[in-house]
Amino acid sequence: MSKITLIIQREYLTRVKKKSFIIMTLVGPLLMAGLIFARVWLEMIPEVPKKIEIIDESMMFKGKLENSKNLLFFFPNNTLTNAKANFYKNDYDILVFIPENIIDSHSIQLFYKKQPGLTTQDNIKNLIQNKLEDWKLIASGIDKNKLESVKTKLNVIANKLQKTGEEEKSNNEAGIIIGFVGGLLIYLFIFLYGAQVMRGVIEEKTSRIIEVIISSVKPFELMMGKIIGIALVGLTQFLLWVMLTIAITSVVSNNFLEKKYDSTMVVEQTYKSNTPTNVEQEINKPDLGEVGEMLQNINLPVILACFIFYFLGGYLLYGSLFAAIGAAVDSEADTQQFMMPITIPLIFSFIAAQVVVTNPESPMAFWFSIIPLTSPIVMMVRLPFGVPYYEVVLSMVLLVLGFIGTTWLAAKIYRTGILMYGKKPTYKELWKWLFYKA
Amino acid sequence: MDILTANNIVKKYANHTALDDVSISIPEKSIFGLLGPNGAGKTSLIRVINQITGPDSGEVLFNGAKLSQNHIAHIGYLPEERGLYKKMEVGEQAMYLARLKGLSKNDATAKLKYWFEKFEMESWWKKKVEELSKGMQQKVQFIVTILHEPKLLILDEPFSGFDPINANLIKNEILELKQKGVTIIFSTHNMASVEELCDHIALINKSKKILDGNVKDIKKAHRTNTYEIEFTGNLMGFTNAMWAGYELIEKSQEGEYCKVKVKLQGSNTPNSLLQSVLPSVQINSLREVVPSMNDIFITNVNSSINHPIGNLTE
Repeated sequence: MSKITLIIQREYLTRVKKKSFIIMTLVGPLLMAGLIFARVWLEMIPEVPKKIEIIDESMMFKGKLENSKNLLFFFPNNTLTNAKANFYKNDYDILVFIPENIIDSHSIQLFYKKQPGLTTQDNIKNLIQNKLEDWKLIASGIDKNKLESVKTKLNVIANKLQKTGEEEKSNNEAGIIIGFVGGLLIYLFIFLYGAQVMRGVIEEKTSRIIEVIISSVKPFELMMGKIIGIALVGLTQFLLWVMLTIAITSVVSNNFLEKKYDSTMVVEQTYKSNTPTNVEQEINKPDLGEVGEMLQNINLPVILACFIFYFLGGYLLYGSLFAAIGAAVDSEADTQQFMMPITIPLIFSFIAAQVVVTNPESPMAFWFSIIPLTSPIVMMVRLPFGVPYYEVVLSMVLLVLGFIGTTWLAAKIYRTGILMYGKKPTYKELWKWLFYKA
Repeated sequence: MDILTANNIVKKYANHTALDDVSISIPEKSIFGLLGPNGAGKTSLIRVINQITGPDSGEVLFNGAKLSQNHIAHIGYLPEERGLYKKMEVGEQAMYLARLKGLSKNDATAKLKYWFEKFEMESWWKKKVEELSKGMQQKVQFIVTILHEPKLLILDEPFSGFDPINANLIKNEILELKQKGVTIIFSTHNMASVEELCDHIALINKSKKILDGNVKDIKKAHRTNTYEIEFTGNLMGFTNAMWAGYELIEKSQEGEYCKVKVKLQGSNTPNSLLQSVLPSVQINSLREVVPSMNDIFITNVNSSINHPIGNLTE
């Protein structure tokens, strides 16, 4: 077995065997599954219907507002002054005052004991608004049914027409989410595991084992072994998370949710709420409908392959820089000043990613998805929108060159830094280290 | 036959020269003392030999061939600044370090078993390094250094951190290894152990080699022709009996019993000294005052400072 394999093996095994790794691996999916179910759960908790007292001076609404699951309307014959005075004596939750000139004033007043939720307010508002519109239609002699039949919902299918004449569907919700989640994961992965590389190097320096080891292997082998070993730890954790989350989600939904509730209702409810924060949940839906169609438009295997490429490429690019910082300092407290040049492009690319989502074909999106320091995150976000192949290839080649470059640079700082103890080096000294003979 | 030859090694860092044209030859199957004050350049030289850093100019030959990565398996190195992974188990760690030196899994297991039994530390195998005392950790490190049976062993302050019993244990191991034909480079500030163990030495000061050679020859060359004489009788009588050509450098007296140190000048011998004083006093003993390695170290380092050989402005 070659020496670098031995190093990778050690770096991998010591980390995977740690209690903190096992705990994080188990707790992570539980948290994820917990989040998913908490949402479903919350939506299934039956709400106590709100009792609403309506003082209708316009006399237009009595009996016209339909009670719903959450809202019960009451029309006592009462004046506003009286109702306000007795508000706390009876059990109405909300008091609504509709003035006589509502048709012109377009405004009502709402009084409450406890702040009602936004949905409750919206529902009340919409009900009254709709009734008002109906009144106005009648008043201006327009047949409501006719109006309905005239109303048109236009469906836009966005296609990107390539120079070659090929058509590509683009710009869909699921794609945006996949790209963004991918970019976010890469961002987190680089930070979490890059810091682990740095800490590992500092540990070897402070425990003074470094000189023993580099009398057996080249500093470069030790550095790369550590970076690769930790990358494998990250991949392991990531895969375990995905698998465990899927397992927990499906086990719980099969054994628990289905018995207690009508599962289709659950799905429908989640679907209705339509806040697509979780891709998996969307994918798992039995009634795929629109989302399913969207997913079919995206070339998932290609996206996944690109994800793994940018995931590893980005990590390798930054990992060696983290290693160099670890080598340059004696303790973690000293790393701050050197962290800046690494964290700034990372944070910047994360911010850029949010802009790129809204404008995936802007020059900014192009440049940031080509430059190696930002491309892993930004290109990931751009990919689902459809990126010309030559741009992807260019970005990938540059990323490979980029990490060869940073690794070469980092290796020079690393091999000098690991044997330096005592004073904290300056940037000027780091620069000099680049030119020392090995 | 020299196992290792370093020719005209120069190693420069940004604003200082760590090694300035240093050449040494290390005879096979000997213990070679690499001496010098702190910051003289010993560690830099050791790192060049270990290929941890490369020299700016000069070359190192191992068994006559240019030093290369293949030689790593034949060299064992115990650095002065040494440590282990604190969170790793002792056995696991020893296996790891042994295999980095190129031992196969089976080889490493068998050899570790032998040494752990020999040093009675089998019970440490499953312990974490941080649970061991400093001395225990040093023992693990020593074993790992010699495990792959290197032809050349480089020990930088090997006794630091050991109690006298364990230091003796390690010393005996070193001597046994020498018997088996291992060449040892021994770097230390402990001159007593140099005297006891080393066959050859090189003294480095301020990046330059200022002295090297066989320990016996060096000692011979540093003789000052001084003798210590103990006698019973009158001290005054003794000094009066000495002729010109003798210098009395030390004297002490307890009743009739006297002890003096006399430096012989010109062609005078101990015999002629005795002849001249025998009539006056009763001689109890006479022995030559041989300079200790400690004296030689101090004299040479000081004189190299007082009479700079080259550019010593650093």
